Amino acid sequence: MHNEKQPLFHLTRRDVMPPSKVWMIRAMSFLAAILIGALLFAILGKNPVEAYSTIITGSLAKPSAIRQTVKIAVPLLGTSLALAPCFGMRYWNIGAEGQITAGALAATYFALHFGKTWPHPVILIVMAVAAMLFGGIWAAIPAFFKAKYNTNETLFTLMMNYIIIGIVKWLQGGPWEGKPGSQIIPMFNDNAMLPKVFGVHCGWVIILLLTVFMYFYMTRMKHGFEIAVIGDSVNTARYAGMNVGRIIIRTVFLSGAICGLVGYLVTCGANGTLYDSVAAGVGFTAITVAWLAQLNPFAMIAISFMLAVLSKGAGTLQTRMEVPASVSDILTGVILFAMLASEFFIQYKIIFRGQKNQEPLMNEPSVLAEKAEKTALTEAEAHKTDADGKEARS
Amino acid sequence: MNALVLLIYNAVLNGAPLMYGTMGEVLTEKSGNLNLGVEGMMYMGGAIGLGAAFYYEKAAGAGASGAAAVLIALVFAFLAGAFGAAIYSWITISLRANQNVTGLALSIFGTGVGQFIGEYMRVREGGYVAISNELKLFFQNSPFPAALRSIPIVGQLLFSYNIFVYIAIIIAVIMAYFLNKSRTGLHLRAVGESPATADAAGIDIEKYKYLATIIGGGISAIGGMVYIMTIAGCVWNHDGLAGEGWLAVALVIFCLWKPIGAIWGAALFGALMIMYVRVQIPFVPDQIYKILPYVVTVIVLIAVSLRSKRENEPPASLGLSYFREDR
Repeated sequence: MHNEKQPLFHLTRRDVMPPSKVWMIRAMSFLAAILIGALLFAILGKNPVEAYSTIITGSLAKPSAIRQTVKIAVPLLGTSLALAPCFGMRYWNIGAEGQITAGALAATYFALHFGKTWPHPVILIVMAVAAMLFGGIWAAIPAFFKAKYNTNETLFTLMMNYIIIGIVKWLQGGPWEGKPGSQIIPMFNDNAMLPKVFGVHCGWVIILLLTVFMYFYMTRMKHGFEIAVIGDSVNTARYAGMNVGRIIIRTVFLSGAICGLVGYLVTCGANGTLYDSVAAGVGFTAITVAWLAQLNPFAMIAISFMLAVLSKGAGTLQTRMEVPASVSDILTGVILFAMLASEFFIQYKIIFRGQKNQEPLMNEPSVLAEKAEKTALTEAEAHKTDADGKEARS
Repeated sequence: MNALVLLIYNAVLNGAPLMYGTMGEVLTEKSGNLNLGVEGMMYMGGAIGLGAAFYYEKAAGAGASGAAAVLIALVFAFLAGAFGAAIYSWITISLRANQNVTGLALSIFGTGVGQFIGEYMRVREGGYVAISNELKLFFQNSPFPAALRSIPIVGQLLFSYNIFVYIAIIIAVIMAYFLNKSRTGLHLRAVGESPATADAAGIDIEKYKYLATIIGGGISAIGGMVYIMTIAGCVWNHDGLAGEGWLAVALVIFCLWKPIGAIWGAALFGALMIMYVRVQIPFVPDQIYKILPYVVTVIVLIAVSLRSKRENEPPASLGLSYFREDR
């Protein structure tokens, strides 16, 4: 007995969903994204199966290909880790791009000026410390204004990206330029380059260690707890006597420092020099990685590796099947959309008109009606007590 | 005097893509949606707008009319952006996902789509996608007769821009009237300020949010087309739009969520972008000069947060998704 005005369906929040079902939904939405991608390949007149297998073999079949893929995954994973504490506080740091660049800039300063003269371990450590400090400071500037005047951090951090990238462009064509007119900063001396482990610069070891650290930092340490409280409710944190401003600045500094470290790894591990697009969009992609992993560091490993596979595989796709490599961005976007959309079905329950209860009912109409009436009654009661509670509170 | 006129003229031309990008985002943000996907939507608009004009000319052959080409490019760019914004709207409004993350995903997706279409056309058409010079004139020349354009100073300052500048100004005026004077505009602002209140007043929140975001996305995307067809010279180049979309997001704050302000702001940013060519300051290198728009935005951002005047603030519920049963 529903009345006609009742909407076709309404939504309620779910309490908890069994993990098996959660993973089922995620797997299904991932599959949906892959199918949309397949459709795209089919429209282009390419065989989807062949296209996907080219992506997989192009990125994972040969040891050299795997090394390339890992090289792409390292900065992505590192930056996602860096962003986790910020997002834990609901502080929208979208300036990772700039913080990576800032770190790379600081490291480059030492590599160019002292790269030949200082001993190998000393120069590497000094570069790392400088990169972390400068990345941290670059991130802390918007955080300071956020803490002090509640300045919008989303847009502030975004602007900081372009400022530092502009400075690097200036250095590239000015003070640090190699050959006059080349607009290129000279390559670092080998003395200022990271050693290799299994053929890839040792950054991947550092980042994996950092993953474990970040897991403990977020779940087992006092700092992580403070971050979680602020993320849930700033007022609760205040009442509990936390110095919210200080915690924000401290956490964002840490985040920027890790981004700076990523910049250091990219310059003296992979590139061997500094240029304006050193961050190459990683700062933006990492935001979605961190969010999809729900700030779980170990999930970030899987997601960033998957995106790296896509990115490396698309390069192979371009050479072998003449599909522009930018297809990897489209696929990444589609997968992100699908995963974001899937969270809805995990968090909310759709209740259709007339369907009062999730439990299977006996199919006799009388029982149905009776039960429906009962639930309606209890619901009404629940509303009433709720309303009373609200009145009492206010 | 002449140098100043030339500077203003070039500033407005350079700012034209930003006018669209910013106005679209103003409309979007007024409904409480912070769509960070402007860069992506502008890419899509740029590539698809160019493609539409190119294939129209190919199909029509010698009889191609310039006005029709401009119209087709406008419509397709709008539809491209509206499509991107529709994905964003569905995920954030109906499915209540986080707006920042969805917007960034749209940026990644849109730049991918734009680059892909641009590259694909280039490969298919043998390395070069460009419309003929006769059609280019329609995109780049003033719609006014020569008599008006040749009036000294005034002619150059008022009548010599390409048609998109005038369309942008018309849109800005309509949008300002709509937001501040019409009942629907009032409802839209209510949705952005306090969705719960608007909901209680019987306003269909989802409808307003969807429409504002989709139309806003379409307007933003036109900016991408304008960039490709005027500044980039009707050719798809690998650099694409080079951050214009992000600048538009920043400009929204700079113009304090006002459509008319978007016109002035875009012209000012356009000036800052080209000033290094026109006005040399000793000891300040070009690249540092080019940072100025961003530094100015940061300063405005801080100033806005320091002096919190009611009408200068962002819509109160900006960036939050609304769920009726949440309390």
